[in-house]
Amino acid sequence: MAAPTTLPSALADAVRDESSLRRFLHGLPGVDQVGVEQRAAGLGTRSIKKASKLHAIDLAISMVDLTTLEGADTHGKVRSLAAKAKRPDPERPDVPKVAAVCVYPDMVRTAADELQGTGINIASVATAFPSGRSTMDIKLADTRFAVEQGATEVDMVIDRGAFLSGRYGEVFEEIVKVKQACGDAHLKVILETGELVTYDNVRRASWLALLAGGDFIKTSTGKVQPAATLPVTHVMLQAVRDWKNQTGELRGVKPAGGIRTTKDAIKYLVAVHEVAGPEWLDPHLFRFGASTLLNDLLMQRRTQLDGHYSGPDYVTVD
Amino acid sequence: MWEYAPAPESRDIANLKPNYRMFVDGKFVEGSGEPLKTINPATEEVLAEVSTASASDVDTAVKAARRAYDRVWSKMPGSERAKYIYRIARQIQERARELAVLESLDNGKPIKESRDVDVPTAAAHFFYHAGWADKLGYAGYGPDPKPLGVAGQVIPWNFPLLMAAWKIAPALACGNTVVLKPAETTPLTALVLAEIIQQCDLPPGVVNIIPGAGDVGAAITEHGDVNKVAFTGSTEVGKIIQGKLAGTGKKLTLELGGKAANVVFDDAPLDQAVEGIVNGIFFNQGHVCCAGSRLLVQESIADELLAKLQTRINTLRVGDPLDKNTDVGAINSREQLVKIKELTESGEAEGAQRWTSSCPLPDKGFFFAPTVFSNVSQAMRIAREEIFGPVLSVLTFRTPEEAVAKANNTPYGLSAGVWTEKGSRILWMAQRMRAGVVWSNTFNRFDPAAPFGGYQESGFGREGGRTGLEAYLDV
Repeated sequence: MAAPTTLPSALADAVRDESSLRRFLHGLPGVDQVGVEQRAAGLGTRSIKKASKLHAIDLAISMVDLTTLEGADTHGKVRSLAAKAKRPDPERPDVPKVAAVCVYPDMVRTAADELQGTGINIASVATAFPSGRSTMDIKLADTRFAVEQGATEVDMVIDRGAFLSGRYGEVFEEIVKVKQACGDAHLKVILETGELVTYDNVRRASWLALLAGGDFIKTSTGKVQPAATLPVTHVMLQAVRDWKNQTGELRGVKPAGGIRTTKDAIKYLVAVHEVAGPEWLDPHLFRFGASTLLNDLLMQRRTQLDGHYSGPDYVTVD
Repeated sequence: MWEYAPAPESRDIANLKPNYRMFVDGKFVEGSGEPLKTINPATEEVLAEVSTASASDVDTAVKAARRAYDRVWSKMPGSERAKYIYRIARQIQERARELAVLESLDNGKPIKESRDVDVPTAAAHFFYHAGWADKLGYAGYGPDPKPLGVAGQVIPWNFPLLMAAWKIAPALACGNTVVLKPAETTPLTALVLAEIIQQCDLPPGVVNIIPGAGDVGAAITEHGDVNKVAFTGSTEVGKIIQGKLAGTGKKLTLELGGKAANVVFDDAPLDQAVEGIVNGIFFNQGHVCCAGSRLLVQESIADELLAKLQTRINTLRVGDPLDKNTDVGAINSREQLVKIKELTESGEAEGAQRWTSSCPLPDKGFFFAPTVFSNVSQAMRIAREEIFGPVLSVLTFRTPEEAVAKANNTPYGLSAGVWTEKGSRILWMAQRMRAGVVWSNTFNRFDPAAPFGGYQESGFGREGGRTGLEAYLDV
């Protein structure tokens, strides 16, 4: 198996062949379900007020991957989403831009045209999203098409069937190949934790994706329940933190699906802050995959600044 | 950098009064002892003046309890007693926020702990025992077990309200009446509990709460008309009580000190073990008799675990107990702070390696930064003596046998923890560790249904669960 980057010797050994990879992944410390859920709930009681709340809201806005992944998507829908991404709250120009717009490959060109020169990334899902059930050739072609169309970030799905049947080498090779097909585009690896079910699996899949060169590990497609949860995100944040301790490299985490309120988003940021560390509080290293979260952030931002709540009619629905 | 803004709970919620009086025979009355001033350990300001009992007040309280026992409480059907106890539980829930803030003010513990642990668990103890009151015949102590009479109870300052609940709830459920002394430094929540008991219309004298210092405790436990003594506190005082009670025929339970081992094997879920270790020793500033104050870690993962532990401890927020984001609050008293400092200095002098969290400490009040000693050997004082503060001693072991030998190498035996993903090893360890409570892959979890108590110098008798009823029944 070919490792994508030069890894420290202990980790290079891990990807030498299929059985080394299996030994490494199964040798990772287990995750105690009760413990991680208790910790996530405990950290969820942090009370973030006043200036720290406003800071968190702006930070969260700058971390949003504004997403539309529907069968009913049209170019018009994508254009209006792009407009929202550029100016989330038209009456408040000081609101930060979002990090990216996330669409299906056939919508990438439209998004790219709209977002040219704005610094907002164009993320495309690829590799037979959301199920990942297709041939390698088609997945690679899907990826190349997205990048050709102008995607600067690719959100791939792993083959959960291969992972759950223990064919880790196959999943690894797939990520490596998609990473190559991405060229300069950043690769987010969707683990679809709702299908992996156990926290031990989430930890193993996280390390697998990091070893194979994923720039981000992402919880979910948003098409499977449960999508992102706090404890799952804790486990993934532990993985990137441990990865940094071993390699010195910073990799990102993206929870996606089900994060709809400012209150939730702040709980995630607290987890980023206290589990991974303050340096992950950066759109380059943490993203929210969300469609409805942005408007709640905008409403809460207005509430903080105006001193009263004005309701959903004061933010734009795109 | 993202700094959390202060998020203090309002102290007005505590409904603090300038004066608190003792509760005897259903009324709040002045005591004839010297009034005591209780202070907020986080600011050193005086919170309130509290009247205390004299020897004659103790006698009055015991007489009231005896009267209530003879005339009302011992004769009342269990189903009727249960109604009163349920009412107390509901009132605690009703006034949860007030009790939590008051507890944090008086004790120094962080509001998130008084709010999420102390007060809800106190209510749970009353609910649980209310359920037993009419089912004592099915508890395994015969078809109609009888109460003992008047229970004299003395409780510590680390969980003032919760310990009062642990003591009063089973006593009442079993049909006993109570004379209870809260700790000198933390009398306030017990007196609000007295207010609740009064509002719940308990017959006068069933519960009497009389603050005071050690002499009041001695007068209660040694009173000739007390049938049952329950004490939670230091081993030193426990031994004195046991000595005094010898030959009197009074039934006695003691819940004393501890020096618990938290044993982490190399196959443990490491991130959760780190959480458990932190919770084991820094919960309630380490003022926990069952605190996991000795970390026994398998040598092969010691460095990795210690590094993770230090990173985690550095994120602990020490400071204002009323701030909702505070993880570690104030040490309860200057006296306790001096004791912690003295013991940590002995650790350094004996050659252990000291590491202290980089967290900033407030200028005022009694605070102590979370501290970890590594390279600790069994011979050092910090490995043997109870520190009762946020100080962890780290020792290593090589084999399960060695872990058991070291864990048991203490005169105490209150609690222990085992961290491993191997179920068979958890059971193997639990069978061999001499401790009243063994937690596996968790620590410091309390439930009214689970009996709690110790071995050897940690005391005897159990509180909670079916087992705990025995202490308050004539069996």
